[in-house]
Amino acid sequence: MKDDLFSLAGIFSQLSLLAFGGGNTILPEMQRQVVQVHHWMTKADFSALFALAQAAPGPNMMVVTLIGWHVAGWPGVLITSIAKFGPSSLVTIAALHAWERFKDRPWRRYVQLGLAPITVGLVAASALLIAEASDRTWVLVGVTGIVALLSYRTKLHPLWLLAGGALIGLTGFGQ
Amino acid sequence: MLQDSTPRPTVADLFFGFLTLGLTAFGGALPLARREIVERRKWLDADAFTDLLGLCQFLPGGNVINLSVAIGMRFRGVPGALAGLLGLLVGPSLIVIGLGVIYQRTHQDPRIAHLFAGLAAAAAGLLIAMAVKILWPLRKKPEAAVIACVMFAAIALLRTPLLPSMLVLTPISVLIAWKVRR
Repeated sequence: MKDDLFSLAGIFSQLSLLAFGGGNTILPEMQRQVVQVHHWMTKADFSALFALAQAAPGPNMMVVTLIGWHVAGWPGVLITSIAKFGPSSLVTIAALHAWERFKDRPWRRYVQLGLAPITVGLVAASALLIAEASDRTWVLVGVTGIVALLSYRTKLHPLWLLAGGALIGLTGFGQ
Repeated sequence: MLQDSTPRPTVADLFFGFLTLGLTAFGGALPLARREIVERRKWLDADAFTDLLGLCQFLPGGNVINLSVAIGMRFRGVPGALAGLLGLLVGPSLIVIGLGVIYQRTHQDPRIAHLFAGLAAAAAGLLIAMAVKILWPLRKKPEAAVIACVMFAAIALLRTPLLPSMLVLTPISVLIAWKVRR
């Protein structure tokens, strides 16, 4: 238990500082650590927890809290939350005063331009890994494909798409 | 930058403002954050909001999470930053844990397992749509597209750890951006 808490603190404080471009960029590393390195859950469980967090309100990092809970209960939630949200918040506080001075500097633009394709590669990796872990049957592959198409082409609220997927799942059709 | 016409929010205002935001934001909190902070509560004007969001997007961490810290800090220092962050996270944390407990107790039931399988497949679809949306503009930037492909291959196919991948690729990518866009 104590070892798990140390591991959670280590993993999520590192991820906190690497999450350029938001939460979806760190999903692959989170999955690698939680499933492959520490064997805390299967990759199907990881996808289910991720999906659960997407269906709940709030910022899209809440899967972090769920992992903490799953691994070590309330202490896990506390340690994981502090590790995940503490370091990036301290950076924000530190950068707040300097922002006026560096926001118009050329290097700031090049760093941002350079980070953009890294973010794209990571979000694409997240999409593939979560899809690969979730789509165990052809019907589920179909659900993923239809939701992707609808989300890309229409302005349907993501909650409707999640609910639709859950309903098709509930019928058990093709599973 | 700050609006003189409205009194600056107290620590309690910050906490409850972000608590409301956290509990009502489904499927991405950013559009709602703008409406709450700029239009409804008038804590920042539109320019100040965009400027602060620019910082929050530049730094690591979720945009809205960083925004709660930055706005809290700007108005009430460290207690304000803490109030904003806790306000934003406490509601969704409790809800998500509640859902997690339900999942743990019920996922042996085949019907519930099926439901979650469908939910996870749909969540994967949302991620794919998002990936395609941000991938599409790179078709006009071949050098950036190459970096994105290398990062994708390293993480998704080779399963390289994130830290070394970023330490190697980020400087290269920034250097290329500097050479090409200078």
